[in-house]
Amino acid sequence: MPEKSASNLVAEPKSPSKIRSPKRPAGTLYRGNEGMWSWVLHRITGVAIYFFLLVHILDTALVRVSPEAYNQVIETYKTPVMGLGEIALVAAIAFHAFNGLRIILIDFWAFGAKHQRAMFWVVIGLWLILLAGFIPRQLMHVFGG
Amino acid sequence: MSTAVADKKPAAAEVIPTFNVTLRIRRFDPEVDEEPRWEDFDLEVFATDRVLDALHKIKWEVDGSLTFRRSCAHGICGSDAMRINSRNRLACKTLIKDLDITKPITVEAIKGLPLEKDLIVDMEPFFDSFKEVNPFLMAGPVKGGKERKQSPVERARFDDTTKCILCAACTSSCPVFWTDGQYFGPAAIVNAHRFIFDSRDEGAGVRLDILNDKEGVWRCRTTFNCTDACPRGIQVTQAIAEVKQAIIKGHA
Ligand code: HEM
Ligand code: SF4
Ligand code: FES
Repeated sequence: MPEKSASNLVAEPKSPSKIRSPKRPAGTLYRGNEGMWSWVLHRITGVAIYFFLLVHILDTALVRVSPEAYNQVIETYKTPVMGLGEIALVAAIAFHAFNGLRIILIDFWAFGAKHQRAMFWVVIGLWLILLAGFIPRQLMHVFGG
Repeated sequence: MSTAVADKKPAAAEVIPTFNVTLRIRRFDPEVDEEPRWEDFDLEVFATDRVLDALHKIKWEVDGSLTFRRSCAHGICGSDAMRINSRNRLACKTLIKDLDITKPITVEAIKGLPLEKDLIVDMEPFFDSFKEVNPFLMAGPVKGGKERKQSPVERARFDDTTKCILCAACTSSCPVFWTDGQYFGPAAIVNAHRFIFDSRDEGAGVRLDILNDKEGVWRCRTTFNCTDACPRGIQVTQAIAEVKQAIIKGHA
């Protein structure tokens, strides 16, 4: 009996056979963890906030050019679409701000680099709490009349 | 006594289980292909096999043209970093049974360095950055010609970064390095850290100057891909943060 097992032990598995060529020329997407995705979000929100601020500075500057035109622009901000857009803006700024604090702690505090993963989930938690407080009020404001 | 031995038959006599897997490898032959192409290989492997064993099986039994680097096969030479299931790892330290074997296992060359053939990239840019940080002891003669003393605490300060095997898993996992090949990259900073915080070394200022550059430590965006990828478990992002702080303070 032991002899038989021993011979099984050295027996090689069958040689591989089939070769196929699936189509997909590009490489795969790198599977990073919390750190990588938080950075992707940080950059997207950072750039988005930048463009919002650019537009916002221009529309505010308009008041010096023509107060009537300024009022017209501000009037369009009161539509429901803009109200929902404000939710997206607050969500982006809140994530960027909380995660920005996380990055500062990582760079300047040894504890931060060790516990960045936990700190990411704290960021998400704080972000959800903030949105839970803001979104219902904002929706009432936009649709409640 | 003899019966007791007979009862406890050694488990080693049992057959090592085998299972079937598909390896999906990104091939590239510069003499034939314009673009890399994917190729599937179905094989039966042992539960004790690593991805490197599967690559050997393909090279030795199916397609001898499959090209990859390996030397020690035991996680110490740093030759076989590759992207396995979309993450950088050493093929010789990755057990196939630990991967999801219900789907094809993807194997690609590391990202961000010029692809030469199949799983081989040109490592020169990587080693150039390494050389630029002066990865050697910089110190004048010792007074009295005796040895350079170091306490266990002083040695422990840079212990983590002495473990690097220069496999490039960290540098080629960095999104900043993918888009900006000029960036020194985590591995070069890890190896600078190893000397910057060595109490016997006198070149910290020089190295901090080199890394206080547009393409130096300030490129780091703390994505932690490097820390997650390092097969030696080095806390790479933390080492980079320590070098950033040393630059701000002006000394190690
Ligand atoms: C609310 C307070 C804010 C905090 C605490 C904050 C924090 C940070 C930090 C720490 C970084 C560095 C990220 C890194 O090293 O990877 C950063 C990047 C950035 N921030 Fe902010 N920020 C804030 C507001 C803003 C605003 C208002 C804008 C837009 C005008 C903005 C746009 C950006 C951009 C574009 C980046 C670059 C992202 C990257 O390189 O990946 N941030 N922010
Ligand atoms: S720090 Fe780790 S991942 Fe980077 S080259 Fe050294 S051993 Fe490889
Ligand atoms: S072959 Fe030497 S590290 Fe994998």
